[in-house]
Amino acid sequence: MKFLNGMTLLLIYQLVGEIGVQLLQWSIPGPVLGMLLLFLTLLLRKGALPSADVASTALLSHLSLLFVPAGVGMMVYFEHLAKEWLPIVVALVLGTVVTMAVSALVMQGASRLFSPETYRDG
Amino acid sequence: MADGDLTTLWVYLSASPLVGLTITLIAYSLGYRLYLYANRNPLLNPVVTAIAALIAFLQISGVSYATYFEGAQFVHFLLGPATVALAVPLYQQCAKIKKRLLPLVITLVVGAIVGAGSSVGIAWMLGASLEMQMSLAPKSVTTPVAMGISEQIGGLPSLTAVLVVATGIIGAVTGTTLFRLMRIKDDAVKGVAMGIAAHGIGTARAFQENKEMGAFSGLAMALSAFTSAVMLPWLLHVAGVL
Repeated sequence: MKFLNGMTLLLIYQLVGEIGVQLLQWSIPGPVLGMLLLFLTLLLRKGALPSADVASTALLSHLSLLFVPAGVGMMVYFEHLAKEWLPIVVALVLGTVVTMAVSALVMQGASRLFSPETYRDG
Repeated sequence: MADGDLTTLWVYLSASPLVGLTITLIAYSLGYRLYLYANRNPLLNPVVTAIAALIAFLQISGVSYATYFEGAQFVHFLLGPATVALAVPLYQQCAKIKKRLLPLVITLVVGAIVGAGSSVGIAWMLGASLEMQMSLAPKSVTTPVAMGISEQIGGLPSLTAVLVVATGIIGAVTGTTLFRLMRIKDDAVKGVAMGIAAHGIGTARAFQENKEMGAFSGLAMALSAFTSAVMLPWLLHVAGVL
């Protein structure tokens, strides 16, 4: 029952998020606003929402499954991808690794500088 | 049963959402078993094996992506509630996040610029079309936001969705090795880098490591969706691309 209540709660927050984004004409997706609202709720209630915990753990433990249908969409773009495969592959691989490395370095440097008490070197 | 009956049965079944949904779950659970069997080798990330197996199956059986998606959409739909669900680990790690707020904000801004700039720059240097460059620009942003940005800047939103998934897979596969080579041990640093570069798939990978890395990755993913949606169109305008 907790799982069902939790799922219902998540869907309600998503719905409120979608409506909010439409009404406010924001360019962020509804679920992101929904997440923000649920986060604020948890802050206000000091975190006592066991049903949300159960549903959240269940959904997030296999988060990567949820990306499979979109990934299979690759088959629709085979021609597109084949025609420009070199820039695509290099931009994807190199771009992603560079972004990750730079983000890690900046976060590491800024943490040492501004939050040295929480930073763990090893 | 005669051959004709089997064909009729297949025609009937392949038109119903049941097949698309079931094969998605079968492909993923087989992929996950393979991943566990190979001692969690990052190259055998279950998303990769599941997608490859499903594409092969659809190509051989001649089922179109649109038909497949009628069933698979039930899985795809759960991305929404899963995004909302990120609020829970976020709250649980709140105390740790608060202490890192300033570094996080700085990293988000730099990450959004490097994420879009590196992919557009590389694609441009190697002669990709403008449409492809724009479809690549939001590749590190979570799917629904990336599709919106792509449309706004003149890319193909559904192509962007595919590039976003590919980016996430690359980030998830290379991340832990990269951090080891860079000698980064701090979970907050690893999580933030993963979330900015590889959105939800990176976050899924981060949660496999531990809850702290997952929470920071989820937070970085959500916040970089905000910063990218605001900054990217403006940035490309300033860079003179648009």
